[in-house]
Amino acid sequence: MFQTLSERLQGVFRALRGRGTLKAQDIEQALREIRLALLEADVHFQVVKQLLERVRHRASGQEILRSLTPDQAVLRVVRDEMIEILGGETTPRLSSSVRFPSVVLLVGLQGSGKTTTAAKLALWLNHGGHAPLLVSTDVRRPAAREQLKKLGEQGQLKVHHPEEGRSAQELLRSALTEARSVGHDYLLVDTAGRLHVDEDLMTELCELKEIGSPSETLFVGDAMTGQDAVRSAAEFHARVGLTGIILTKLDGDARGGAALSMAAVSGCPVKFAGTGERLADLAPFHPARMVSRVLGMGDVLTLIERAEETVERGRAEESVRRFRKGDFTLQDYREQLIHLRKLGPLDRVLSLIPGAGALSVDSEAGEREMRRALAILDSMTFEERRLPSIMNGSRRKRIARGSGTAVEDVNRLIKQFTQARKMMKGLSGGGKALQRMARHLHSYR
Amino acid sequence: MTIAERLKKGLARTRATIETPIDLLRGRRSWSPADLDAVEAVLLAADFGPSAARRAIELLKHNGRAIGDGGRDAMRELLLGEIRRSLECSAVAGDVHACPRVSFFVGVNGTGKTTTIGKLAHVRAKEGHRVLLCAADTFRAAAAEQLEAWAERSGAAFHRGAAGADPSAVLTDALRAARARGHEDVLVDTAGRLHTKGNLMAELSKMARVAAREVSRAPHETLLVLDATVGGNGLVQAREFARALPLTGLVLTKLDGTAKGGVAVAVVEELKVPIQYIGVGEGIDDLLPFEAAAFAENLLWC
Repeated sequence: MFQTLSERLQGVFRALRGRGTLKAQDIEQALREIRLALLEADVHFQVVKQLLERVRHRASGQEILRSLTPDQAVLRVVRDEMIEILGGETTPRLSSSVRFPSVVLLVGLQGSGKTTTAAKLALWLNHGGHAPLLVSTDVRRPAAREQLKKLGEQGQLKVHHPEEGRSAQELLRSALTEARSVGHDYLLVDTAGRLHVDEDLMTELCELKEIGSPSETLFVGDAMTGQDAVRSAAEFHARVGLTGIILTKLDGDARGGAALSMAAVSGCPVKFAGTGERLADLAPFHPARMVSRVLGMGDVLTLIERAEETVERGRAEESVRRFRKGDFTLQDYREQLIHLRKLGPLDRVLSLIPGAGALSVDSEAGEREMRRALAILDSMTFEERRLPSIMNGSRRKRIARGSGTAVEDVNRLIKQFTQARKMMKGLSGGGKALQRMARHLHSYR
Repeated sequence: MTIAERLKKGLARTRATIETPIDLLRGRRSWSPADLDAVEAVLLAADFGPSAARRAIELLKHNGRAIGDGGRDAMRELLLGEIRRSLECSAVAGDVHACPRVSFFVGVNGTGKTTTIGKLAHVRAKEGHRVLLCAADTFRAAAAEQLEAWAERSGAAFHRGAAGADPSAVLTDALRAARARGHEDVLVDTAGRLHTKGNLMAELSKMARVAAREVSRAPHETLLVLDATVGGNGLVQAREFARALPLTGLVLTKLDGTAKGGVAVAVVEELKVPIQYIGVGEGIDDLLPFEAAAFAENLLWC
């Protein structure tokens, strides 16, 4: 697991404590660590270089050299600069034109997720009270237009889908006509994936732009992209003039440095992020969270959101109430474990928690332990989970057999559980705090 | 056209405009730290990743004197040799003689699985095989239609299930059909999935078990399709897919752009799985067998 950047920086500056003032070369060492962290996250090396130049400039100021916590001070400068590149913390919106419809052109390489994103964006606009029309101008990839049509059906979205045999240009023109006559306020144009070095297709894109005069031309980029992100984004920007970026496949575990590369080279803000396979999985982009992720500093907010998605509200509150009263049962314990597992494998959950990287938790062992506990709990009857006191020798033996464990394992689990429950009963105020926490968790959205 | 020619053609556009630090070092008898920085930049730009790039630079430093006396091209040769060594892989390409031979194509979303299958179907059909394409991607809208179009182009047979059907059920039907009708090759398109989704990865493991139940020791070939534009995450993906089911090879797609796919070197090194094909375009003939030497050369051009 990655050592987080803040830990590395702490290490650098700890070695310097007690030496009095910091020197420029001490900052240099910190910058080397930052460079490595950014490169590991796939930020383009030239973007890293420029970023570090600016950080160096600002970090040589007196306030950092004198700061009691230079690691934090340097980090703050780095974060500020990165957020700046990503377009700053603003609420993203799609610009619109004076005349209906406002055209949004989605461009990008093959497989970056343009078609899916087009449908997601239409749904998002729909929810915002708009009436978007979708059109696919991809006449190259087999069944590409079919794909958008089907996505439209899934999301009950309007798709302009005339029969066969037309060029991309013609498709856009007829879509514009339909949008005007029906009165759609947005026209979302899905385009064929193309390489930025493909002269013919880049020319076609320019023509599409001419025809549609879009108010937004959005580059759809894969969050897992490596160094090439710079070249493709730069070339698309030079040829068709981008106005924003949509980052896709952010639900994976890529650190996503490509976002910085694309934004830096095009000067365009990242507006949205694709966060899953469902049509509703498009979220406004949060630069600050992305910066934490790229720096390998954990993403607590994402963890909270994920927890919120998987824990059903009513059940969580019920658990917490019983927690407080001390009649937390094995049934609740089992549910907690299941929820925890839903968040993903243990090491991934830990990777979202800042600093957990340094805990050197044996996540494999933890995962095994958790699975075994679940097997034991699953082998109990509902009655046994509700009233652990009825557990006698023969029940324990049956549970052990059923879960493929030994009676000692079953005993250990029950003992741990009993102790934990006793502890909770002792903490009368703790229950309230927990309840507050649960409510907080749910008020996040 | 050989692979080297294809790659060169694709590269000509970019080579003309950007100077190549490694070429500049040709014929030099010594080099400065700035030269090494330039080489590191080339390696980074090819998505080698910072630690592998660092190792390569250390190697050059270490051998600096020897190279300095070795005359022109020595530095380049040293790097190329190192990359070729990393790409060496003795692993066998699955079971070639099984009949029907079942091949799985797996990978994250949008790497080009369906397109690769279409092109490979053409290759195998040209070899005289009776090929069946199985659309086990029942999730993505119109994925089956896309594969069907490729089946028509390549003259392969095609099997699909209902949208949203259990992919394992579709696979079972396809394998039974293949046995009954005597298809020699079954190419199975799976839904793209992020390697972080535990349940979807488990679904892949299940498909492998189901295949083995229908056809002895299937899948005989499991190809991970990697997008050449991917960065460091490519290695993470490969690890996770290899955990879900044993991989027999890699396909590196979209090499006709400017991306180099340098992370594939680390994947081959770590997982001991060879790169088998490279994708260099959207046409039916744009799938080529992998050649380590040409690939290594390509990596060092920028």
